Amino acid sequence: MSNLRIIKDRTASGAMRTVTIVALAFVLVMGWGLYRKSAPILSEIPLWDLLTDSTWQPFKNKFGFFPFVMGTIWVTVIAVIIALPLSLFTAVFLTEYSRRFVRKIVYPALDILASLPSVIYGVWGTLVVVPWISDKLAPYFVSFSTGYTTLAAGIVLSIMILPLLVSLFVELFTSVSNELRDSSYALGATRWQTAQSVVLRKSLPGVFASVVLAISRALGETIAVLMVCGNLPAVPHSVFDSCYPIPALIANNYGEMLSLPMYESALMFAALLLFVVVLVFNLASRLVLRKIEQK
Amino acid sequence: MRKFILRKFFANDNNEAFVPDAKFKHPDVAPELTVDHFNLSIEGSPILKDVSVTIPANKITCIIGPSGCGKSTLLKSLNRLSDTIEGVKTTGDIRIGDTSIANCSMSDLVELRRRIGLVPQRPTPLPMSIYGNIAYGCKIHGVSSRRELRKIVRHYLKVVGLWDEVKDRLTSPATKLSIGQQQRLCLARSLAVEPEFILADEATSALDPVSSKIVEDLFVKLKEQYSIVMVTHTLRQALRIADYVIFIYMGEVIEVGDAQQVFKNPKNELTQKYLSGAIS
Repeated sequence: MSNLRIIKDRTASGAMRTVTIVALAFVLVMGWGLYRKSAPILSEIPLWDLLTDSTWQPFKNKFGFFPFVMGTIWVTVIAVIIALPLSLFTAVFLTEYSRRFVRKIVYPALDILASLPSVIYGVWGTLVVVPWISDKLAPYFVSFSTGYTTLAAGIVLSIMILPLLVSLFVELFTSVSNELRDSSYALGATRWQTAQSVVLRKSLPGVFASVVLAISRALGETIAVLMVCGNLPAVPHSVFDSCYPIPALIANNYGEMLSLPMYESALMFAALLLFVVVLVFNLASRLVLRKIEQK
Repeated sequence: MRKFILRKFFANDNNEAFVPDAKFKHPDVAPELTVDHFNLSIEGSPILKDVSVTIPANKITCIIGPSGCGKSTLLKSLNRLSDTIEGVKTTGDIRIGDTSIANCSMSDLVELRRRIGLVPQRPTPLPMSIYGNIAYGCKIHGVSSRRELRKIVRHYLKVVGLWDEVKDRLTSPATKLSIGQQQRLCLARSLAVEPEFILADEATSALDPVSSKIVEDLFVKLKEQYSIVMVTHTLRQALRIADYVIFIYMGEVIEVGDAQQVFKNPKNELTQKYLSGAIS
């Protein structure tokens, strides 16, 4: 009887360990697979040229990834610049100012927003954001814009990461103990002073980690961005230029024109690039986070 | 760089007499706290019932009573931290001198809270340096001169006897201090905005006996300049330091009076029972 229990326990432990290892192995296998597939282009064109060249003419065997790298950076940066203050203020309002019944309404709404399929954001962007930019906003700054711009992609992306950021921040802020808040109030601090000097300061490492998480999400977001960014392989010089982030490049072209072997390899290199960037980004942020927490 | 500047400043310690910022000057006559027919309920269930007491100036007043009787809630009502409890309703009034606390506007409240300091049950160092913790209160009330702030920090750290222990690491995080030191830091932080009253909610219950004794002695020393209200679970502590005692049972004030009288000749039967340990 007791033998059976021990056998069960050992089997379970073995099975669970295997599953964990398999899950981890996937990351390595994917990375390795992407590397293998992109080896042809890497052996033909040096890595540095691939990253810094801006001509993208697959049929002439010219693969410059600079426009795509810049497109990705622009879109992500715009999204974070818009979403970060909005989500911080929303979370501070919800945790420090609002009454319970407001929170009861807002929290579920945020969860719904966070779980909407991204194609819906894409459609919304095409129907609302793109015309708004081309008709209302762009005429103030440039002579002509289709609306399918870096800015549109940034706005749509910011709306997508907003609920994620807000719910992460709310969780962080509610974990700050009320005794700490009370100590600040008892000195005569207002709610805003308390939020700034106590709540935000206390959760700074967490805020940093949340932003990293949101950026990772934004870097990889494909479909909604692809629908509004304009998909033009050129380096954007202003927010009213079209752009072409890496995920959109892969999604738009993979499966077509694979008769060109170098083209396929180039797309795989794009995937590898994304993979490495997200990986390095996450690891680096972990290191920085540890430094902040030690302070 | 900042660390260096701080150290340099504090190095020329010239022992000049400390004068608190003019903003924080105490009134000439120390005020009393008056609780006037005060009721408090949380989501319909009454916690405090028709409480009327006067808390004397420059004395240590102990609020005693069994757990859950409303001692802490009464204490929180004195600086309206009770506002932060969801679903709270109050009637009646609480006044410091002639100024109403229970019915004042939010803008008056921040000033009133400055006049009534709080030492929490467990020490709550704010997420900043030792220096920052003490300067925080003064900064939010508009003291911006660095020179002034440094004087204040040094003075109050000396008052609570922390100065010699921490003077070389003022810029290190306050959370690195021991629990006993943290609690004295919290006391210094409250004192830095020159309150007239100090509320202490079982301020020594989380401390080791030695630290607890230090804080207790501080309270006795401080009552010359401040009026102290403390909630305590330990009757022996109340016996040692209380000048005035409020006994609460089930949200009602049962007996109020001089410590000597309440402890030696309690008038009410419930007080006698509580003091003899029959109810707790």
